[in-house]
Amino acid sequence: MTQGRDEVFDNAELAPGDEHAEGGVGLRVLGYLTGLGLALLLTATSFFVAGTDLVWEPSIPVALVVLGIAQMGVHLVFFLHITTGPDNTNNVLALAFGILIVVLVMGGSLWIMANLNHNMMPMDQLMQMQR
Amino acid sequence: MSTVALTDAHHGSAASREWSGPASKRIVTGYGFWIFILSDMVMFSALFATYAVLLGQTAGGPSGRELFDLRNVAIETGLLLASSFACGLASIAADTRNTTWFQLAMAVTCAFGLGFLFLEVQEFAGLVARGAGPTRSAFLSAFFTLVGCHGLHVSAGILWLLTMMAQVFAKGFRADIQRRILCFALFWHALDIIWIAVFTVVYLIGSAR
Repeated sequence: MTQGRDEVFDNAELAPGDEHAEGGVGLRVLGYLTGLGLALLLTATSFFVAGTDLVWEPSIPVALVVLGIAQMGVHLVFFLHITTGPDNTNNVLALAFGILIVVLVMGGSLWIMANLNHNMMPMDQLMQMQR
Repeated sequence: MSTVALTDAHHGSAASREWSGPASKRIVTGYGFWIFILSDMVMFSALFATYAVLLGQTAGGPSGRELFDLRNVAIETGLLLASSFACGLASIAADTRNTTWFQLAMAVTCAFGLGFLFLEVQEFAGLVARGAGPTRSAFLSAFFTLVGCHGLHVSAGILWLLTMMAQVFAKGFRADIQRRILCFALFWHALDIIWIAVFTVVYLIGSAR
């Protein structure tokens, strides 16, 4: 089945979560280990950045968001096996649409509510909001 | 990737597949479940937006910085990450049809997942005992809704995990069982991705000034 798929269809699809055909068990375990290592590294960095005085304070939330997104990418690639390969196009397109909606919902809500707060709140309460 | 479960009734031989007709059932099932996971993430994004908006609305009650125990959160994160890794090993074992390794890896996945749930329930009980339950402020309502929803997903995942162990024990690695294992692995890894957002947004940013 596999060789038929590879010979006849260069663009055959892959179920989300499935890995590409080549590579034995050892290589696959190594892939998961790489993901685990990278994820641990990024998690440790996140917790370190959150608790340290070494980083300029206003930059911390941005750094945390960037580290979080990077770790999500690591999980997608090494655990869910979402790649840019031609056999993954459908999965990536669905993911892209999901990300679009998530960004719209979160970004839109925060933008609108921040604007509302800015227009409606007295200053002292506004300062409290931004803690 | 698994070669076993790709075999399907309407994909008899390679020769009959000159055109890329309907995809195999494994791909269709996996893709459908992928769409469900993405819609689940859209639902979570609404809860995250709610939490982010209500972060400062403590109504004079305790804020995240006073309530959150980051050491506990770090342990929870480690448990869930280890559980995700064990789940990956279980998928490999399922693809190679190795029952012993599959059951072992699933048991480890379950143990780490239960450890995570235990810590979370303990944290919730502690907060409620300190008078910081979901009714205290809008901030705490949003917190309990978001983190509790993730916890419910993990609980459902553990029930599903035990079901898969029982099904493999009773029925072996049939093609339909393999598809369910694929979907379960997607679900479990996706929960870990959502947890990344939880510990980043809820705990780390929520406890910053």
